[in-house]
Amino acid sequence: MNTAIGKSVRRKDAWDKVTGKALYTDDFPISGVLAARLLTSTCAHARILHIDISKALGIKGVKAVLTGADCPELFGPLLQDRPALARDVVRYAGEPVALVVATDKPTAERAVRLIKVDYEPLAVVLTPSQAMAEGTPLIHKQVNGYKKLLTDIYPEAGTNIASRYRMQKGNTAEAFQRCKVLVEQRFFLPPSAHLAMEVRTARAEISSDGSVLITASSQSPYSVRKQLSEAFLIPAGKIQVRVPYVGGGFGGKAPVMLEVLAFLASRSVGGKAVRLTIPREQDMASAPCRMGLEADLKVGVDENGLIQAADLTYLLDCGAYTDISPYMTKAIAMDCTGPYHIENLSCDAICVYTNHTYVTSFRGFSHESFTFCIERVLDMLASKCSLDPLEFRIRNAIRPGSLTPSQVECTASLTGDLTKCLNNIKQLAQWNGGNAVPIKENTVRAKGVACFWKTENPPTDAISGAMITFNPDGSMNLNTGVVEMGSNGQTHLAQILAEKLQVDADQVHVVTSVDTRTAPEHWKTVASLTEYMAGLAVVRAADDLLEQLRSNGSQVFGCPADEIEVANGRVFSKKNPEQFIAFKDIVQGYKSQQGESIGEPVLGRGGFMLKGLSMLDPQTGQGKTGPEWTLGAQVVEVEADLKAFSYRILNASTVIDVGKVINPESMRAMIAGGMAMGISLSSREAYIYDQDGIPRLPNLRTYKLMHIGQEPDYRVGFVETPEDNSPYGLRSFAEHGVIGIPAALGNALAAAFGRQLVILPLTPETIWRTPSEEHV
Amino acid sequence: MVKYEGKVVIALQVNGEAHEVAVRPSDLLLDVLREQLGLTAAKPGCLNGDCGACTIMLDGWPVKSCLMLAVEAEGHVVLTVEGLNGTAPIQKAFVDADAFQCGYCTSGFLMVCHALKTQNPLMPKENIIEEWLQSNLCRCTGYQEIRRAVRLMYEST
Repeated sequence: MNTAIGKSVRRKDAWDKVTGKALYTDDFPISGVLAARLLTSTCAHARILHIDISKALGIKGVKAVLTGADCPELFGPLLQDRPALARDVVRYAGEPVALVVATDKPTAERAVRLIKVDYEPLAVVLTPSQAMAEGTPLIHKQVNGYKKLLTDIYPEAGTNIASRYRMQKGNTAEAFQRCKVLVEQRFFLPPSAHLAMEVRTARAEISSDGSVLITASSQSPYSVRKQLSEAFLIPAGKIQVRVPYVGGGFGGKAPVMLEVLAFLASRSVGGKAVRLTIPREQDMASAPCRMGLEADLKVGVDENGLIQAADLTYLLDCGAYTDISPYMTKAIAMDCTGPYHIENLSCDAICVYTNHTYVTSFRGFSHESFTFCIERVLDMLASKCSLDPLEFRIRNAIRPGSLTPSQVECTASLTGDLTKCLNNIKQLAQWNGGNAVPIKENTVRAKGVACFWKTENPPTDAISGAMITFNPDGSMNLNTGVVEMGSNGQTHLAQILAEKLQVDADQVHVVTSVDTRTAPEHWKTVASLTEYMAGLAVVRAADDLLEQLRSNGSQVFGCPADEIEVANGRVFSKKNPEQFIAFKDIVQGYKSQQGESIGEPVLGRGGFMLKGLSMLDPQTGQGKTGPEWTLGAQVVEVEADLKAFSYRILNASTVIDVGKVINPESMRAMIAGGMAMGISLSSREAYIYDQDGIPRLPNLRTYKLMHIGQEPDYRVGFVETPEDNSPYGLRSFAEHGVIGIPAALGNALAAAFGRQLVILPLTPETIWRTPSEEHV
Repeated sequence: MVKYEGKVVIALQVNGEAHEVAVRPSDLLLDVLREQLGLTAAKPGCLNGDCGACTIMLDGWPVKSCLMLAVEAEGHVVLTVEGLNGTAPIQKAFVDADAFQCGYCTSGFLMVCHALKTQNPLMPKENIIEEWLQSNLCRCTGYQEIRRAVRLMYEST
């Protein structure tokens, strides 16, 4: 019987969040806390000739001014290529150059304005293809001299290439000969912003005994601990990282950046508590953003409409520093074809430095970018073959037995059921073949379809954990290292625990903040793996509880432990269910009527470590980077004004194979939110750089997000093909709503306007500038 | 015209309580609410009036507290989410409609919605609701849930 799984259990954080009681990093009291502010680079690429901090230091209330000279350490989760504060050279406009610590924010801001930096401008590199060209200046002189933290990072000496991943299977040259229809297309996607509503921020203080306390708006408290420990040679146990509620992450709070600066700030003032806040403009230009992408795709189809070969080149614009982008590049390679059966494949995914703001994971982990390219090509192919684009996808969909790009054999458990998703979306989106339908003069409606799939790219040894205690009323406290940033992982984990114990989800209380001292380590709250990894830890912790409850029960009832059942908050013998003990009377040990104490207090613990993952073969790409795939299909319908090149998005649909629906309402909302983000980013969002590499006005007034009134009708459907190793068959879930939407929108607009749209964002101007097919 | 120099003590009427606070003339109402009165429901999101996360109610109207100086609030009635006491219909409506995920924009939206109801006791047309709510941004939801919360707020009272 389901007590919790499959129910629309209310968010555990709901009332905290509607009463202002949910505290975020910068909501904690600031009395006695010093303020830190950043000075950032005004050049995209320049040598720092001199920094004059004397005037800033002269202001009353200024406690310290730091520059790159104060911090020789380099940072980065994969390749240590980034200084905390620029040293000798700046590589993007917005790069932190100096840090002021003062008694309060206004004083710190005043001091920042008095720091004078002399730059000698260097040539800027603004696109990945420019960065790859012969003779282009090197952004990092010795890219292969940096320390690698994982072995599968491959910087290429004497180039701007930070890493490269290849996929090679079958024989593409031969297979292209057999193809009747061929599409070759180049794509360009600019970088854009995460724009979580909470700006990134961090606090730090250091005790006299050297213990460090960091409070941060972070998806990765355990990475903060690790990176600080390794960089500053502090034992990890002496570093405590606290993460309260996080006001949105979307991947942008996975990197470790402000935490290091806050630590340096505190260290410079004898360990006093310091809060580092940055304005929205710096959150956009200085903290890492979403990747840009250039792609060259060539895909061929035989006379039966089956894809025979693909030759794919993806250049990921990682900006000035790598952060996690080599793994985002690897993620592109892993899933580069989209969820289609293609026997002959050649793919080169390359991570390239430019003088843009450095990038980090963004919802979709590069899938939202490359999927636009491959899914646009699929529509071009379907059109050339005169096939319904949705039927064309069904014909080529991966199915059990297909090999993924990295030559993992698909099974229902591993990859799910794309054909079912595509069939179900026909009805959900009222699919009509994908042709534009005239509504009135100069106005048409058109639908576009796109598929997505995604596996994960964690380190092969990522871990998670769960600890459970009981309260005297028999309810439980669930403690994990999962950050609550909106994706509702805590509630879903509570449901998994409640189901295991056969009680209502309201019998599980959660800890909505993370403290690395008390919560068991959870790798990072990223990659949609919360319910999978922490879920498995919760299942094990629940099994641990059940075993102890049975042990206590067997002692009380005087029968073997395997005769004891646990359900509905009761412990009883199978043979006599009428006679039971309520949780409250047994979870802290049992006291008989005679006062005899029996059994032990019940405390649950469970740990989980990913197993069976591998690095990719450097030549063929063979290997498996994530435990499973989540896939689905999406459709967007637009109403387009053919004269004004404007359009309105009428509806957006997703059918996704989630393995198991844990919480229908919460998961529907998560997918709708993902679709909204996909629509916003593909219809209007882009960083615009001038020829000197300076981003034009990075703020929310000029960088427009979708607001209410522009949203479509969202439709969400689920398919449940269980994954064999996960709790209740669920698959990784959270990010996915965003992934196929840019492509579905692009396909809808291409159908409406008859133009091969290959550039994001899809603004009326982009559409207008794209030549009409009739004129090509 | 009143002229303020240095730090001055001003009287603020917030959530039904009278407060005296010492402020600089340039201090934002948002900062004074958060840092001096400990009322942190209103959030800094852009400090530029673009996102609405800092929205409070002033004399029954929604105001972005990052665009207002604390000294300008003297003599006015300020209401923040803390002052709704968990009993305003819009709060339960937001819970029932799943109108938030990360929760950071929520306080601002709650105050816009509460002000909408204050100024329009009967449910206005959809385009009026949109006009009111366009002042605020949410990055997590698809806005549909927030729209539903507004309807629930009107239906519940």
